[in-house]
Amino acid sequence: MRDAYIYDTVRTPRGKGKADGSLHEVPSVRLSADVINSISARNNLRARQVGDVIWGNVTQVGEQGACLARSAVLFSDLDDSVPAVSVNRFCASGLEAVNMAANQIRSGASGAVIAGGVESMSRVPMGSDGGAIAADPALAMKAHFVPQGISADIIATRYGFSRTDCDAFAVESQARAAKADAEGRFDRSRIPVMDQNGLTILGTDEQIRQDTDMQALGALKPSFKDIGESMPGFDAVAMLRFPELERVDHVHHAGNSSAISDGAAAVLLGDAALGEENGLTPRARVRAASRVGTDPTIMLTGPVPATEMALEAAGMQIGDIDLFEVNEAFASVVLYFMSSLGVDHAAINVNGGAIAMGHPIGATGAMILGTLIDELERRDKETGLATLCVGSGMGVATIVERI
Amino acid sequence: MSGFNFATDSRGVATITWDIPDKSMNILNFELLEELDGLVDRVLCDDGIKGAVITSGKPDFSGGMDLNTLAALKASGGDKPAQRIFDGTMELHRVLRRIETGGSDPKAGRPGKPFAAALTGTALGIGIEVALACHRVFASDRPEARIGFPEIRLGLFPGGGGTTRLVRMLGLMRASTWLFEGRTADPARAADAGLINEVVPAAGLAAAAGDWVAGTAWSDAVKPWDVRGYRIPGGAPYQRDGFPVFTGATAQVHGRTRGVYPAAKALLSAIYEGSLVPFDTALRIEARWFTKVMMNPSSAAMINTLFVNKRALDKGPAQPAGADAPRVRALGIIGAGMMGAGIGHVAAAAGIPVVLVDRDRDTAERGRAIIGNLMEESVQRGRMTADRKAELLSGVAATDRYRDLADCDLVIEAVFEDPGVKARVIAAAAEAVAPGTVIATNTSTLPISELSQSCPDGERFLGMHFFSPVHKMMLLEIIRGRDTGAPAVETAVAFSRQVRKTPIVVNDARFFYANRCVIPYINEGVRMVAEGVRPALVENAARSLGMPVGPLQLVDETSLDLGVAIAKASRAALGAKHADSPAETVMERLVELGRLGRKSGAGFYAYDGRGRRQGLWAGLGENWPIASGQPGVATVRHRLLLIQVLEAVRTLEDGVLRDIREGDVGAILGWGFAPWSGGPFTWLDTVGADEAVSICDRLSEQLGDRFSAPGLLRKMAGTGETFHGRFAGTGTAT
Repeated sequence: MRDAYIYDTVRTPRGKGKADGSLHEVPSVRLSADVINSISARNNLRARQVGDVIWGNVTQVGEQGACLARSAVLFSDLDDSVPAVSVNRFCASGLEAVNMAANQIRSGASGAVIAGGVESMSRVPMGSDGGAIAADPALAMKAHFVPQGISADIIATRYGFSRTDCDAFAVESQARAAKADAEGRFDRSRIPVMDQNGLTILGTDEQIRQDTDMQALGALKPSFKDIGESMPGFDAVAMLRFPELERVDHVHHAGNSSAISDGAAAVLLGDAALGEENGLTPRARVRAASRVGTDPTIMLTGPVPATEMALEAAGMQIGDIDLFEVNEAFASVVLYFMSSLGVDHAAINVNGGAIAMGHPIGATGAMILGTLIDELERRDKETGLATLCVGSGMGVATIVERI
Repeated sequence: MSGFNFATDSRGVATITWDIPDKSMNILNFELLEELDGLVDRVLCDDGIKGAVITSGKPDFSGGMDLNTLAALKASGGDKPAQRIFDGTMELHRVLRRIETGGSDPKAGRPGKPFAAALTGTALGIGIEVALACHRVFASDRPEARIGFPEIRLGLFPGGGGTTRLVRMLGLMRASTWLFEGRTADPARAADAGLINEVVPAAGLAAAAGDWVAGTAWSDAVKPWDVRGYRIPGGAPYQRDGFPVFTGATAQVHGRTRGVYPAAKALLSAIYEGSLVPFDTALRIEARWFTKVMMNPSSAAMINTLFVNKRALDKGPAQPAGADAPRVRALGIIGAGMMGAGIGHVAAAAGIPVVLVDRDRDTAERGRAIIGNLMEESVQRGRMTADRKAELLSGVAATDRYRDLADCDLVIEAVFEDPGVKARVIAAAAEAVAPGTVIATNTSTLPISELSQSCPDGERFLGMHFFSPVHKMMLLEIIRGRDTGAPAVETAVAFSRQVRKTPIVVNDARFFYANRCVIPYINEGVRMVAEGVRPALVENAARSLGMPVGPLQLVDETSLDLGVAIAKASRAALGAKHADSPAETVMERLVELGRLGRKSGAGFYAYDGRGRRQGLWAGLGENWPIASGQPGVATVRHRLLLIQVLEAVRTLEDGVLRDIREGDVGAILGWGFAPWSGGPFTWLDTVGADEAVSICDRLSEQLGDRFSAPGLLRKMAGTGETFHGRFAGTGTAT
């Protein structure tokens, strides 16, 4: 089997995913084409060289419907002969796309694949694609469906992470992101989003709040208390699944959860021949990848078993990993990861995460993989692991090592 | 049988009058449905007929489907009962849909004929479902009439198109209070809610409906959902406005029913799946889910216990022709506290004159004031007029003289639960009343045969165990002492009916029936705390079993010191046979700590200054550390359920319980025993004695003799009998 190499990573800045966000004016197909064009140009990709575009995208309706991946290819400078597929593994879609691309490279099916993803959450709101898991009573009751925020609060309650723990984690994420941004650590992968005249629409991550402190976060109201405790009362459903809990502590709020965002990211994967043909040096190898299903109600614990599975596939121990990117969907998700696997915060999300910068759900997986490789190089470390929790109870992880 | 009359007036308006001979209430069965179908056919095929009014020849429109018909339908299906139920339900849909479409043919551009429903009074279940199939619904302005869908209370849901139609009329949000809560309302409120169109004076009902049919153009007799572009109010599941409604409804129903009521789940699925397809497909989906519910043992159990058997107990034995049914013409109550006033209130509200006696006038008057306040609640809710309240309250006399009891035919003492106090009161009452007067003691724990010693004539003495709050709890446990005579029991049963309680009659033994089963439930829960089981797991397991409150919350309500006192009394009474339980140690410790339950603002739970429960007391873990290994929730559930069920079986073995129907109905109405199960005996029948014994064997091996299968159960496991099979027709209550 061949090795799957990562040659480059590109991402847009993450824009605020609301109507007043900078990227709200940019269609998701353009965000996609921007990173695809950029990564092809940076790596001298020629027409027909790309075997596939695998594109993570969660809310596949409206402008993100009808296989956005193919639309993005047609909109981009790539040749019409390049096929494309949209993939939806919720919040891990971008990383799943990378893992699927790696498999194409390893099997010899393609010599080069652009993987990544996009989400314009301001233009196509999360949940606007419906979903039987929430609305079909036969399924929702069987799976004890609760929204993600309730799941994050269940993790906090079950494993004893307090509001203070979660807030302190969030403050640190903001501080790290601000510092990393100021030091230019994102500059290698991050490209500005420009308009049709070459004018910059957004050049940096929009939501970092350097001045965030415990006091500011302390003033925020819990986001999921009302839907949990009164209408419609998701806590009662949670306690049917976890009867040892007396109540659910609602510790998460806008400040210690990931921000709704717009953005896109691309990763170029290829075999050794691609590097030779295009004069490129591989930056990393995909060592192992995993995907797991977990309890759908607590939902967001997947990074732990996904990491264990990836480590096993790689024949590694947790101590063999130099740096981790664990998506900051909610503070408790990362706190649970740290305490379960005994990993120090010093090795996780060293440049901050989605709590500070935002989580454009279809793209984040590809974004954090880029951040991970950039940081491994900067620190001259060998091995990194990226993982994300996934809606309705899944997890995805990828281990990369520098060449 | 002819259940409908047919007439046509000069305008060509037909009237189909539902009027089953020799019945006070119209019901529907398949024979009658065929007849209705024929009459609808006549309306549609006769060119001289403009349209039709469907009404009733009785004070009420219809009480609903004949539930025996549904049971018979299932039974007649042989090895394909589901097919038979489905086909029968679809036949019902076909007939009602013919009314609704009025013979229209949209492809040919032919409109249908208008149908109006004229509800003379109550229209429940299939009654309102027939009406909703019509194009306009008129109702008499009789406030005592009830309109609505009680199906869910019997473990069913409206399966005659009512589910599909109501959701399309009102949207899920507004329809759900009717469908999921089994709510009924008077015609005015039903009209406000949009169930019916017009409320008119009774005398003008027929004319109003007939005029509407005469004056309505055929093209106007069409339902919104039969018009192109129809949209469900509030949105369908995958419309922007509907999605959160459906998602929220699912969570709400799941949380409230704790997932143990199959009918509620099926109802919501029928609504959801039906909302995504055209009307006729939605009816077919409704029929499939209705069939699923009819095939579920829980529904059969609930129908049997809460409808068939409860009604038999409510109705009581048939009286010989000409005999005067016993009834209480005047009630005496001694002790004007909460319990005494509560009993006085239900009696007064039923129109029975009440004499309320206490040690002084002021105390008695305070009791009378409690009755007034309870009646005022009814006035505030629009269930009683202020005049009626004044009239009823004038029938309540407050006094400090026992001799004022002289004219009462039943005297109930409801003084403090202390054998000495009660003995004195009973002796004094016996002296004051006429020789035939029945004297009852309202007690939940004291042996009747012992209290009976204070009454010179034990034949007319018995126990009446009312549940608190009296006006809300539907059960009355009547206890026969050793000497109690049949006439005394008859009087108590008659009183129970007068105040609309369901009576069960049991023999006297320690704690009678209800408390004898509840106390072990509490103790088992407390015992698990002693073992280090998470208290939250105990409480949640109980609730997910369908118990209204967990054992720890329950003992907080009834008070810990009472629990300790009961244990002491039991030890004194049983001596060596009393098995010491770790539960007693836990309760004793809490009492030492001053945590007596809600009344002291501290118990297993913590309470705020206003007595509101705040959560389990954090100190429980310090006193009884959480064990590292926790049992599965299924084990906790089994312990909490079996401990009640086995005690119920023992009361039957002991002869305390004389009729398993009383055991089932009494358990659900008395202490909220998992209603979905149909009661302890029905639950055992559903599970099978065999399986129950093997659960007992497993539990008793781990936990001790209290889970040993009673001999009767073990014997039945051997023979493969069921309780309802073995004891069918042996009931003594009816």
